[in-house]
Formats: sequence, C-alpha cells, structure tokens
Amino acid sequence: MNYVAQRLVTFPLILLGVSVLVFVAIRLIPGDAITAMLGTEAGLLTEQQRAALATYFGIDQPWPTQYWHWLTGLLHGDLGISVTYGKPVLDVILERFPVTLELALLSMVIALLVGIPAGIYAATHSEKPSDLLVRIVAMLGQSTPNFVVGLLIIYFLSVGFGVLPTMGSVAPLWQDPIANLSQMILPAITLGFAFAASVTRISRSAMLDVLKDDYVRTARAKGVPHRRTIWRHAFPNALIPVVTLCGVEFGYLLGGAVIVEQIFALPGLGRMVLDAISQRDYALVQGAVLFVALNFLIVNLLVDLAYVAIDPRIRLGGQ
Amino acid sequence: MTFWQSQKNLLAGVALATVVGALAISAPVQAATLRMAWAQDATGLDPHKQTAFSSLRLLELIYEPLVRLDANLNIVPAIADSWEFSADGTSLTFKLNPKAKFHNGEAVTSADVKASFERILDEATGAATRANFLSISSIETPDAGTVVFKLSQPDAPILTAMTDLNAAIVPASEIAAGTIGTKAIGSGPFKLDQWEPNSKEVLSTNKDWAGGAVALDGINISVLPDETAILAALRTGQVDFALLNDPLVATLVPREANLQLNRQPGLAYNVLQLNPSRSPMTELGVRQAISCAIDRQEVLDTALLGEGQVTGPLTIPAYATDPKELFCYTPDLEKAKKLMADAGHADGFEATVIAATGEPPVAASEAQVIQSQLAEIGIKLNIETMELNVYVDRWLKGDFDMAVAQNGGRADPYTMYNRYWTKDGNLQKVSNYIDDTLDSLMKQGRTETDPAKRKEIFAQFEKHLAEVSPWIWLSTSYNYTAQQKTVHGFVPTPTGTLFGLTKVTLD
Repeated sequence: MNYVAQRLVTFPLILLGVSVLVFVAIRLIPGDAITAMLGTEAGLLTEQQRAALATYFGIDQPWPTQYWHWLTGLLHGDLGISVTYGKPVLDVILERFPVTLELALLSMVIALLVGIPAGIYAATHSEKPSDLLVRIVAMLGQSTPNFVVGLLIIYFLSVGFGVLPTMGSVAPLWQDPIANLSQMILPAITLGFAFAASVTRISRSAMLDVLKDDYVRTARAKGVPHRRTIWRHAFPNALIPVVTLCGVEFGYLLGGAVIVEQIFALPGLGRMVLDAISQRDYALVQGAVLFVALNFLIVNLLVDLAYVAIDPRIRLGGQ
Repeated sequence: MTFWQSQKNLLAGVALATVVGALAISAPVQAATLRMAWAQDATGLDPHKQTAFSSLRLLELIYEPLVRLDANLNIVPAIADSWEFSADGTSLTFKLNPKAKFHNGEAVTSADVKASFERILDEATGAATRANFLSISSIETPDAGTVVFKLSQPDAPILTAMTDLNAAIVPASEIAAGTIGTKAIGSGPFKLDQWEPNSKEVLSTNKDWAGGAVALDGINISVLPDETAILAALRTGQVDFALLNDPLVATLVPREANLQLNRQPGLAYNVLQLNPSRSPMTELGVRQAISCAIDRQEVLDTALLGEGQVTGPLTIPAYATDPKELFCYTPDLEKAKKLMADAGHADGFEATVIAATGEPPVAASEAQVIQSQLAEIGIKLNIETMELNVYVDRWLKGDFDMAVAQNGGRADPYTMYNRYWTKDGNLQKVSNYIDDTLDSLMKQGRTETDPAKRKEIFAQFEKHLAEVSPWIWLSTSYNYTAQQKTVHGFVPTPTGTLFGLTKVTLD
C-alpha cells in the first residue's frame, strides 16, 4: 500500500505538468476564440470591439495571469465555464463521459471475449492452418483503420439492409437499455475489431512462451488433462502482457475515440475535445485534457495492482 | 386441413388484418415533426455575434430581422409591415407588424428595435455587422409601432443589410437582463426548446408567429458530423431533411429513389486571392497573366465535379453580368505567357497558396488544379493546407502569396464588397489593392437609389475589378439540401436560409 501512496503523491505533479503543456499549446496555435466564432468577419471588428470580445472570452489578460486564475479555480473545484456550451466545464465533461466510458468498456469486453480465446486457440494449434488463419485475420484487424471499418459497417447496413440505429444523441443506458445498446454496439464493434486483433496477437505469443516452460511440461508429464493445463496452469501466467495491453488501450479509449465518435455521431469526449479545439474553447480543452490525464493515471495504477493479483510473485515498488 | 384448423387460421387472419389496419390508421396521426440533420452545429445563440453559416441556419428559424429576402432576393416584410426612405435618402421609416410577438408573449415594439440596433452599434457588444450600420446617426420611436432611422448620409444598401440575421430584433428586456446568447427568445416561426451543442436541437413551432401558420409541429435536429453518415441516415429513412456541404456526397443523393436533392446557386464565391502587396503580384501584368492562364471551367469541372457556375465578382442574379464578357474569362495561354514575359517573368516564379482543410470541402482540389494550370506559365505553386482557424488568422493578416478561399456573398454588391474594395474598407489588409476607379464606383453605388443606375455602376465596377485582377474569381457553389420525397414545399434560396421550412408539409 506504500506503493499506492507513493503513486498518488506523484499524481498532482504530473497533472500540473499536463495542465501547463495544454495551456500553452492551445494558445500557441494561431487563431483565437474570436476568429473561431466570426471567421473572416472578425476583420470587420474595431479595436474596441475586439477588446470587448477578448474580455468576454477571458483572453484579455496575460498568459500567466490567465493560468493563475484557472489554477486557483481548479483548486476550488472550478474548471471554468465553457463559452460554447455556456455551462461549467465539469458539467459538460460529465455529460459526455458516460458515452465514452460505455464505449470503452463495451469494446474491451468484445476484445477480450474474441481476442483471448482466439489467441489461445492459435497458440495451441501453433503453425497449423487454423493458426495461420487467426494470425491473418488479426493482422487485418490491426492494420485496417477504424474509419474504414466504421464506414463499411454503416454502408452495408444502410444500403444492404436499409437499417441503421438512430444517430446523433444517445439514449442513457439506465433509461432505455435496448435503444442505448443498439446505438453503441456498432461503434463498439468498430473499435473492438482492432482491439481484439491486438489482444489475439499478444495472448497468442504470451501463451506460446508459457507453453514452453518447464512447469507446463511437468504438468503434462503428470498427466494433467490438456484443458486444465492450458486454463489452470498456463493461462494465468500468460495474462500479464494482456493486462498491460488492455490498460494502455483502455486508458487511451477513455480519452475518447475521435474518429469513431465522428462517424457514428456519438456525443463522447473525443468529439467534444476536437470541437472545443476548433472553436478555441480554451477552458473546455484544458478541463477535458486534465480529466483524461487523470483517468489514464488511475487506469495505470489499477493495472499495476492487477499484476499483484494475477501473479503473487510480483511486488510493487521494487521491495 | 380440418374445419377447426381453418377456423383458427381465419381468426388469426382477421386479428392480423385488424392490427395492420389499426397501424395504418394510426400512422397519419403521428406528430408532423421534421427530423433534420446537419454536419456542423451552431456555435452560439447570440444573433448579433454569430456569423458562421452553421449558426445562422439555426438562428434564422428562431429570430427575425425587420425585413427579409425572398427566394428571388426581393425585400419582403418580416417584423416590419412596410418601410419608406425619405426623399433625400437620409431617413428610413418602418411600420411594425402589430401582431409580431416574442416567444415570451410580449409584443415586438419600436423600443425593442431601438434597443437591438443600439446593442449592435455599441462597440462593447462586438457585433461584426456593426460595420454595415455606421450611417445610423439616431433612432426615433414616435410610437410603439413606428421606428425611424436617421442616417448621416444616403445609404441605399442599408435596407438589404437589415435583412441579415445579424440585425435581428431581440427583446429589450433580455438585453437589459444580459441574457442574449444564453436564452434564445426571438419572434420567429420556431422556439428553441433544447440545445445540446454538437449533438442535437429540439425546436417547436411558435403557434403565435405573426408570419402565418406553420404546418410542422416542430423540428428535431441531429448533428451528424460525417456527411456520409447523413446520407446513410437519409437512405434508411431515419432523417427527413438534411443540409449538405460536400458536392461529392450531394451528387450521390439523386441515385436513391426515395430521396430528392435541392440545389441552388449560392451567393458565396470560390476565388483565388492574389496578394498584390507581394512581389511579383504587385505587377498588373503578372496578375493578368494568372487570370488568363486559369481555365475556370476546368477548375469547376475537376475540383467541384461541375457543381457550380463560373462567375465574375458579382454573384447576385440581379447584378451579375455574363462572365464571358469579363477580362480573360476565355483562357488564353499565349497571352498569359506574353504578359509574363513583358513583366520580366518569362521564366516564371515560385509562390505559396494557402487553403483551409475541408472549408470549403473542395479547397484542396481547387488548389491542385490551379497548381497544374499555373505550371503552364512557369509558376511553381506550393500548396499549404491548414486548419480553418489557422487559415483565417493568416488570411486576416494578409499573410499569404495567394489564397484559395470561399467568401460569403451578400444580396447587395456594396455590402458584399465595400470591406475589400474601398479606401477605408475594413479588409484592405486582406485585399491589399485599391484604386480610384473602384473606390469612386463603390461610393456612387452606395448613394444611388435608382436600381437601373446602380446596376450600371456595379457592372462597371465588376468589369474593372476583373481587369485589374487582384483576385481571380472562379465559380459559385451550390447550396444543397437533401430530403425524403415525403417532404413537400421547401423552397431553397441563394442565401442558403432554411426559412423555407415554414412552408413544409410531411406526408
């Protein structure tokens, strides 16, 4: 637990670094909230009008002052107001987050349900035609961009079958689970496809390594049934790289899947950040990136803890 | 089959027929809510501040100006019933429609008109449209139904400028409360019930709208950022009506039996902006050579799939002249090469053209076609594409050799071009070119009130502008809407407004 405490202490420092980076980066891109709103019409503004709008958007102060205001607000739990949504940044993020979280969870479930059995099957049938087939499909899954998969799914459903789930806004899971799942399943499959391919490849190679180990041979020599050798003895030890991969990938998905959200018109975090950047909604970008970074840190910590649970030999913190 | 079995089948058949019949009867009772989709959502609700097409398309359904443009760009009543210029052109009087009401139930009065225009003119508001109303010296309200604008000089285009949604009338009480932009209270045909930015809008019909009865009960708008997905949603009948920008997607619509594409040449124009403050575009000969080397029809056919029309500077049907009459609108490579040689650039030169990614969708392809055409006269063109905001930032600073742009049009040539082609134009920094002829023709066009004489003035303006070639005007694009064939009565207009939805019925 000492390890967890150590990690938790580093969180604020990392987040502070992230916040400075985002704060500066978003302001370094040419254009500001005024040109984002007015486009070329911004050229018609007088100096005074421009100053009035800069005050309205909160970009009239020097950068250090702006950052200080934002940071003190943050310490009071206030991430500022989004100018496009006209609402507190935290509210906007928390409205969008459930969609992103659900999408990430669903695609991970798909990836694990498909990827682990496929990987183990391929490992136990190593160098046979069926292994080759699994490897080819996995390679395809990893190398096909998800916008291709997404657009193909939409195209085949709408042209071939004349059906398509409603797009645009998502029914909350707890209010209308069927409508919600029908909207989420296609994007989840799109994301899960590539994710499952990675899981397949990792679990196959991890399993192959483990199957060469002495204790597996011993188990076999003792006459332990094949199934039990695989699932009870080999599998848990092959899990470590899979958990690592899932942690990274899941943390990444919690930042929003921009392209898939764009294609399926899902109101998730990814599209929100993209829109916020193009509308130069500084407060929203800063708040959202900080939120995503925090999620990533938490997921990483959970992955570390999962190692200990899976393999008692591992001790965290190098003791 | 036994007797009982056939009886059972018969009963089942009757039951099924009843259910089907009930369904058939209940179908037309469904509320006539139009399901609409667009790719880009509004970015805000303040009608005086928002200038993006995507924002205007929403706000036009909610707010109203004093007057509006019909499909032929004639000025027709909106909040005002009638209007009149004084004989000397320095005062403009409006009589308001006594039935006009805001969504909060309050009548629209002259005090609201005065407060709205004062808000636009107040520099603290930051309304870009203020530039069009600088000739207003005072606003008088003799009674609740009459507004008189006193002008510092005759200003013929001001009436057209007042048709702009950016001159919408908002409640004086909301201005005082500081809620313009957070609450959308207009006097238009629809009320905004719900808005989740970049996700959806829910509009309901304003039953008290002074403009007449609206057949629809409301409009539900979904934001589907990918236009291919919009097409798929139209195909599967999930969406009744959609706004499209990409000609590539729009041209696929007519292939679907249940869908209809509406296209209308818009007022916006695609243009290659040269920067005459940068060598060698400072030289008339070089600019003219570029104009002669560019095959506008080929740019249109290749980059825009032929979706548009070759145009001169004036895109307004009432003012446009035959583009063939303009300088070098028939491509002439020999002339171009000679002009280059005479200007001392027989070997050509290297320059960079900037283009925004996806805005318009055809910008990058236009730049590529132009690149290959200019290579013919030895100009090596480098293409630099960038995110829209970055592009706008550089465009406003005039920081480019050349720029591929799609600039918005207006219903009046003066309002459309005074920003670029007058000596005190706000965007002189962008156009970087002015001469006495352009400036004096614009000034004449502003004060002249006789339509025939104005047309003549602007025809001269257009001819001269094409000849001095600070920019190379290419083509207009179409405004597209796509719809199910069950949607009737939508009239598209050159301004791209969706106001025509007030006349729409659903089967």
